[in-house]
Amino acid sequence: MKDYKKKLLFFFCFFSFNILFANVNDSIVLGDKTPKKLSDYGFFDDLVSQSPSKGVLPYDLISPLFSDYTDKIRFIYIPEKGFAEYRPHEVFNFPEGSVLIKTFAYLNDHSQSNLDAQLLETRLLIKKNNKWKNVSYIWNEEQNDAFLSIAGKTISTQFVNNEGAIQDVRYRVPNINQCKECHQRNKSIKPIGPKARNLDKDYSYEDGVMNQLDKWHNNGWIKKDIRVEAMTDWTNTLASMNARSRSYLDINCGHCHIEGGSADTTGLYLDFTEERKIHLGVYKKPIAAGRASNNLKYSIVPGDPDSSILLYRMNSLDPGIMMPESGRALEHKEGTELIRKWIENL
Amino acid sequence: MTKFLKQSKFTLLSLLICSNCYGALVSISPSEDPYSEIQEALILAEPGDIIHLTEGLYELEDSLSIDVEDIILEGDGIDKTVLSFKNQKSGAQGLSVTSDGVILRDFAVEDAKGDAIKVKGVDGISFIRVRTEWTGGVSTDNGAYGLYPVESKNVLIDSCVAIGASDAGIYVGQSENIIVKNSRAEFNVAGIEIENSYYADVFDNYAANNTGGILVFDLPDIPQQGGHHVRVFRNKAINNNTDNFAPEGNIVGEVPRGMGILVQASSHVEIFDNDIGDNDTINIAIVTYGFETDDENYYPHPRSIQIHGNRFGKSGYNPDLETGELAKILYELSDGNMPHIFWDGIVPLPQILFGQPKEERIVFGDNGNASFLTINALKYILPFFDPVDQNYDDYVGEIKPLPPVILSERL
Repeated sequence: MKDYKKKLLFFFCFFSFNILFANVNDSIVLGDKTPKKLSDYGFFDDLVSQSPSKGVLPYDLISPLFSDYTDKIRFIYIPEKGFAEYRPHEVFNFPEGSVLIKTFAYLNDHSQSNLDAQLLETRLLIKKNNKWKNVSYIWNEEQNDAFLSIAGKTISTQFVNNEGAIQDVRYRVPNINQCKECHQRNKSIKPIGPKARNLDKDYSYEDGVMNQLDKWHNNGWIKKDIRVEAMTDWTNTLASMNARSRSYLDINCGHCHIEGGSADTTGLYLDFTEERKIHLGVYKKPIAAGRASNNLKYSIVPGDPDSSILLYRMNSLDPGIMMPESGRALEHKEGTELIRKWIENL
Repeated sequence: MTKFLKQSKFTLLSLLICSNCYGALVSISPSEDPYSEIQEALILAEPGDIIHLTEGLYELEDSLSIDVEDIILEGDGIDKTVLSFKNQKSGAQGLSVTSDGVILRDFAVEDAKGDAIKVKGVDGISFIRVRTEWTGGVSTDNGAYGLYPVESKNVLIDSCVAIGASDAGIYVGQSENIIVKNSRAEFNVAGIEIENSYYADVFDNYAANNTGGILVFDLPDIPQQGGHHVRVFRNKAINNNTDNFAPEGNIVGEVPRGMGILVQASSHVEIFDNDIGDNDTINIAIVTYGFETDDENYYPHPRSIQIHGNRFGKSGYNPDLETGELAKILYELSDGNMPHIFWDGIVPLPQILFGQPKEERIVFGDNGNASFLTINALKYILPFFDPVDQNYDDYVGEIKPLPPVILSERL
């Protein structure tokens, strides 16, 4: 009898142990206290290899934001029976308890790499009380867990770049306020990436390749047959220069340079849907650029990239000049090259 | 007796606590890593808290930001607590504020790589005895704005100092309900600038040694336009004779050296009881926005401007004919005999033909010995007429004072 009880207790413990670690802990996600460690949430079966728990789905964007050549590993968690309403040109209206999870890393998986992979930070956007809450966790040196960040952190490190060379970087983990700089619109925080137009592509899931929107529908998260004017992968050299450039500008600039965004004071709007030439910067005089104008007269001079303030600021590494204002410490050569060609051909 | 002592000690203690019962007081002193310490305190603060930075030099590599409502960030004095961004590595401002009801007082922000203090989209912001300065003297490489509230309501700037900005020392843009007073702006391109804003009182300030002393501007193609109701009074706008050092492309780059007060576009501006003089080019100029724009909602001409009771010193004796068009045109029109007040006279075509509506005309009160020049647009178009009109008395009329600005307390 005694043994039987012990066994039962053992099984009970084992079972709940399993539940605790193989599933996302909704009460922690929605709790009042912000957990101190990333592992507390239960998003991962194996934190170090970023292998997700049940119900946590990896996803990818057609055109991602440049963040100092970091690799980004993205996941979405939607609580059971949750449903996200589709909104054209906006991020889905995700249900309460949803979490967007994004790990920034230098995977250093270039064939000639002799540097180990390094996880830098994992950012979460949590939908709680009908609002998005932003929080970031910084990976420890042992690389076995990440810990709550408040004031952000400067990580001076190295990574292997596209050419296989080792490059130094002063990577900044943004503080909570800096997260809002990009994510705030009309006073509330919003995700940037997961709009239908930026998700409409195939992804290699564990059980095979599938379009992401179809997969989400199969999971019961979104309605059927959402088809949109999708963005273009800016690296896709087969696509049109204009589509690539507008997609690049949208994801890198359009969250601030949009009506209601952090940079709306300037009247320069770089959202994917913007069609007014003056607001796209064509022969637009700067408003508050100061020395960042570089003695140039207009944001964009068609055919003349070197006379365009927009390109000058994308190239700069001076904090008083560079765009975006935060989240970048290196020049994005491939991106600026694209925009240079685009302006040349305008 | 002991009991009494204990009790009085207790009372004393609670009194001490209660003098701070507004909120918690976090005191920070200069240290190895002042950024993390200050930024963490600013993030963890609760409404009502005071973050106090004791006297000393704080060297910061990243920009600071405030996003908690109703907190106070204070130092020990405008020259005592100094936040230096000389070695700034990231962030476009020294300090940025995005939450309502914040009070900044008794400290300085020096050598920010971009703007010194930017405040965006808030209701209620007070700058009290705050200094922003670029310490290396005037230079095109200095940041654009010193004190820079934008898209905000209920803005108070009191007893501040702004030095060395390559655009405007004190710049209030696209805002509403604004008081700028008792402040000193020197060695900026624009000393004090009110742009695309509604209801601003600018008074008891000292704007000297800038390129232009006080500017009231309205620009196209930005969200808030049609700047109106700006009162500029009891200021000193003198000796604004620093060569324009704004980077080209910026609108203030067009301002000639030696400008006292400049109104561009805007409506309902009242300029009175100021001391304006020793300005190389001109004491007051009222002009139309001078560039092409397709913005249909934008009105490029100044309207309903009243100027009275000012004391004018000499001006126009050394006009800056190199910068922008204004001084050059005026110099030619006046044959080198520069007036104290200039209005470019540009109005929409129907008004050229049929005259300006009465309520939109420029009105002068008594301005002592002030001389005046404007261009009669109709005569300018027609041949054989001299378009120059210097008859001050034609514009003398009844002054209708604008109401004072009242800042509303946030509840």
